[in-house]
Amino acid sequence: MFGYTFQWNQALARLPKMLDGAVVTMEVAVLSMLIGILCAILLTLLRLSGSRSLRAVATGWVEVARNTPALFQIYMAHFGIASFGIHLSPFVSLLIGITFNNAGYLAENFRGALKAIPDTQIRAGRSLGMSQTQAFRYIIVPQMLRISFLPMTNQMVWAVLMTSLGVTVGLNSDLYGVTQDLNALTFRTFELFAIAAVIFYIITKIITLSARLIAARLFRY
Amino acid sequence: MIEIHDVHKSFGQLEVLKGIELTVDKGEVVTIIGGSGSGKSTLLTCINGLEPIASGRIVVDGTEVHAKSTDLNRLRRKIGIVFQQWNAFPHLTVLENVTLAPRKVLGMGKAEAEEIARTQLAHVGLGDKLATYPARLSGGQQQRMAIARALAMSPDYMLFDEVTSALDPQLVGEVLETLKMLAEEGMTMICVTHEMAFARDVSDRVAYFHKGVMAEIGVPDQIFGDPQHPETRKFLASVR
Repeated sequence: MFGYTFQWNQALARLPKMLDGAVVTMEVAVLSMLIGILCAILLTLLRLSGSRSLRAVATGWVEVARNTPALFQIYMAHFGIASFGIHLSPFVSLLIGITFNNAGYLAENFRGALKAIPDTQIRAGRSLGMSQTQAFRYIIVPQMLRISFLPMTNQMVWAVLMTSLGVTVGLNSDLYGVTQDLNALTFRTFELFAIAAVIFYIITKIITLSARLIAARLFRY
Repeated sequence: MIEIHDVHKSFGQLEVLKGIELTVDKGEVVTIIGGSGSGKSTLLTCINGLEPIASGRIVVDGTEVHAKSTDLNRLRRKIGIVFQQWNAFPHLTVLENVTLAPRKVLGMGKAEAEEIARTQLAHVGLGDKLATYPARLSGGQQQRMAIARALAMSPDYMLFDEVTSALDPQLVGEVLETLKMLAEEGMTMICVTHEMAFARDVSDRVAYFHKGVMAEIGVPDQIFGDPQHPETRKFLASVR
């Protein structure tokens, strides 16, 4: 049928290379998530700040991140800024693009979580002598992270999948990039991409399952 | 000593405190009674600087609360406050709820803070709940935890803002017992309350607030037995 003969052995022989790619994919996803969470907390604070221009910067970031294609954001982080003479490696550009996207979505999740925490929690902290910053850090942030833990897990999965956009800026060391290069070499298109899809699937499943375990350990209240 | 001089405070158009004068001496227990909207809770949040005032002065041990130069975080260490809604920190165990401020605000070590927390929690009858999360406590237990949390900062003054109003009737007693115990130990306290029997039992003086004015203040026997102000009479007749 269709005159295509499956040759899984040829494709599977490349599995070690693809797994190396998966490691790079995880690196990008984890880094973009960690930096993304920090940026998102910063954006959340900026959006609460008294300064109109700081609020505008944060809101602009969130709006662009959530309402434009991730591909555009990654493209801008590479070729866009290259127009101004800033030349970043594909890896760094992809990392910046995904981090930008993560931070935007997470900031919106954090804002929702903040609204769910009563103001009186801050007041209780302040009346114990805590500064605004201490009350935020020790009372609000931990609760905020719990409320937004599931959305954060989703974003982590999304970050893994977004790494596949790295090929558009010339990244060929991640799972998708490696697969594409191998395809050009062997033409085992279906087999290679099927294997890549399974690896992506396993990675994201591991993330959601371990998130569930972490949540059970972390949030015992 | 807490000195309140001619304090005025408004929320928008509404003036909620209209020239309050009150001095509370060390070791004294003053209860404030009155209808809702009489300004009694607002006064408490002004005393520890959670709310700004429009004019007048509140001075605690010589420090003017609302002066620009006053370090409110420092001042609040010696003025504990417990609210109607106890505001337990849900992500922390009972023990951690109580150790958080001593550790982060006073910079105490973990062992020392836990020692103090254990003592205070045992004091309010929660010695067996240290590792429990607040969600598993009753309202009365959470409120007593909030009291222990404030006491762990070793405050010189305690302000209680209708601490039993949000509790089921059968839980009110255990919290009032805790307040009584503190009063007997000589803690300086200002309590806003709707519990008249409690006010009568523990107070050195009882103040009646009406529409932002302290209509009357006196010893419990006088306020409850022989109220001078017509509004006090009306109020006490209505709550009996």
